Amino acid sequence: MNKEAYLIEDLLKAEQVPTRDGYGKGLVELGGKDDRVVVLCADLAESTRSHWFKEKFPERYIELGVAEQNMATVAAGLANYGKIPFISSYAVFSPGRNNEQIRTTISLNNLPVKIAGAHAGISVGPDGATHQALEDIALMRVQPRMTVIVPCDAIEAYKATKASVINCDGPVYLRFGREKSPVFTTEKTPFEIGKAIVLREGKDLTIIGCGALLYNALLAAEELSKEGIEATVINSHTIKPLDIATILNSVKETKAVVTVEEHQVAGGLGSAVAEILSQHFPAPQEFIGVHDRFGESGEPDELIEAFGMGVKDIKAAVLRVVKRKS
Amino acid sequence: MSHYIHDEKVKELEEKANQIRQSLIEELVEAKSGHTAGPLGMADIFTALYFHILNHDPKNPNWPDRDRLILSNGHICPIRYAVMAHAGYFPIEELKTLRKYGTRLQGHPERERLPGIETTSGPLGSGLGQAAGIAYGARMDGKKFRVYCAMSDAEHQAGNLWESAMFAGNNKLNNLTGIIDRNNIQINGMTENVMPLEPLKAKYEAFNWHVLEVDGHNIEEFVDAVEEAKAIYEKPTVIIAHTIPGKGIPEIEFDFNWHGKPPKPEEGAKFLNELRTLGGKIKSEHE
Repeated sequence: MNKEAYLIEDLLKAEQVPTRDGYGKGLVELGGKDDRVVVLCADLAESTRSHWFKEKFPERYIELGVAEQNMATVAAGLANYGKIPFISSYAVFSPGRNNEQIRTTISLNNLPVKIAGAHAGISVGPDGATHQALEDIALMRVQPRMTVIVPCDAIEAYKATKASVINCDGPVYLRFGREKSPVFTTEKTPFEIGKAIVLREGKDLTIIGCGALLYNALLAAEELSKEGIEATVINSHTIKPLDIATILNSVKETKAVVTVEEHQVAGGLGSAVAEILSQHFPAPQEFIGVHDRFGESGEPDELIEAFGMGVKDIKAAVLRVVKRKS
Repeated sequence: MSHYIHDEKVKELEEKANQIRQSLIEELVEAKSGHTAGPLGMADIFTALYFHILNHDPKNPNWPDRDRLILSNGHICPIRYAVMAHAGYFPIEELKTLRKYGTRLQGHPERERLPGIETTSGPLGSGLGQAAGIAYGARMDGKKFRVYCAMSDAEHQAGNLWESAMFAGNNKLNNLTGIIDRNNIQINGMTENVMPLEPLKAKYEAFNWHVLEVDGHNIEEFVDAVEEAKAIYEKPTVIIAHTIPGKGIPEIEFDFNWHGKPPKPEEGAKFLNELRTLGGKIKSEHE
């Protein structure tokens, strides 16, 4: 493990907290620091944790009802006037349903609206395909001016939420999961938008991941280490702008890559990495993610396994990619 | 007789609107693409807004306390550009750059490119939500400026707009005034044939808005309606302005085929002459 990443000491003893809790906590802190921060909600206050902000700052909490398109346009207006709005919903609805409103009234308008997509990924579980956003990273990373961040645990989500206002003047997309997930970073773990973190160093390949699945990537790397394969693991929490330097530095050493994300493999982190490598340092790459299919109902862990994103799947991808190294 | 505007001022605005229509025709002929009917139909209202109603400063377009005019149906931007140029936001000569590479006068308006534009628009149905957001934010801070949102009639077929109407009504945004260009045309024909909007007044009333209807070419009536809106405390107000698409040029008036095309140069010369001679009533200085 990279000591400078300040991860928890025993990975297997991680506390379980949903990333959206970090969002809710970050909002409350921002609310106390900056009067311009307002939070908009489309009938999902508790699920998105924006109700914590509502309790503390009711006059700066704005209810839209089930109207995500309007939430984006009203937020654009508030930002145009001088506020810093967060819009919170499930990622399938925002940035899913309101994608064009985000494009025209937020990104093209160049306004500092912060978009929080909760319940992203297949691990949403029993709600099924309609509520499992697997396309949102792709939707957001193709919009000019948009910053895209996928925090790996609740602590990083808290830091990312704060940084989206304090360290970024433009529109930001923040992606959160529904389920409790292991908290394996600590308060001391560095976080800077656009700066990937090397969590673990190894010479044989580079695993680049984002979101809660990074935990699986770390477990896979630990198990592989016992089998004689040493993986570098990079937390690429910011997908746009991608930390090209950190990725290239590592891949130039290891010459093989596995990307890990709870998203369609088309258009997500893996695609972003492949776009960079193909230009600067072509290397074999395996993609852990959802391969061009919709999700379905099931228990979160069960679905992660069924869709090929478990620890054993990451290990298998590693073995494949190492074999492809020429 | 109006309490809010005297007859000489109305006459002055009507003359200004005529000059602005001339600039608009020149602008569109030069651009070789763009919309004609809608901008002509809104010439009187935009002239009244910029030369009488809005509290604004062309030399300081980002003045924080200015009234905001949000143009939701971005495709009629040529009229906004023409009026802004006449009001002193930029040189009238710059109108000739409309839709050309490198211009500040994009085919659909962009906030980042031209100071005073307020919002980027074009995709329909999204202006009212932004106007409501500005009005909501302003009210949070006790600001006194007013927010106007110019909309087309046909964009009321879009769901986003009614979400915004519901939000503004629910929040009693009395600092917000909607202005609907009720010209009854859209690309595919007459609105009532494509997807009927009526009863439009009753729809807005059901969404808790105060509704006024005016002749969109009667500047006095429009000014009175804008003033009445300021006195309505518990609701946002919408002014349904009945307009004639292509108003001022008989060959264009009422014809939906002129929604999305510009005049050709020879047509432009003829239309300019019609405007300059007030339809042949007076002699043009340009002949």
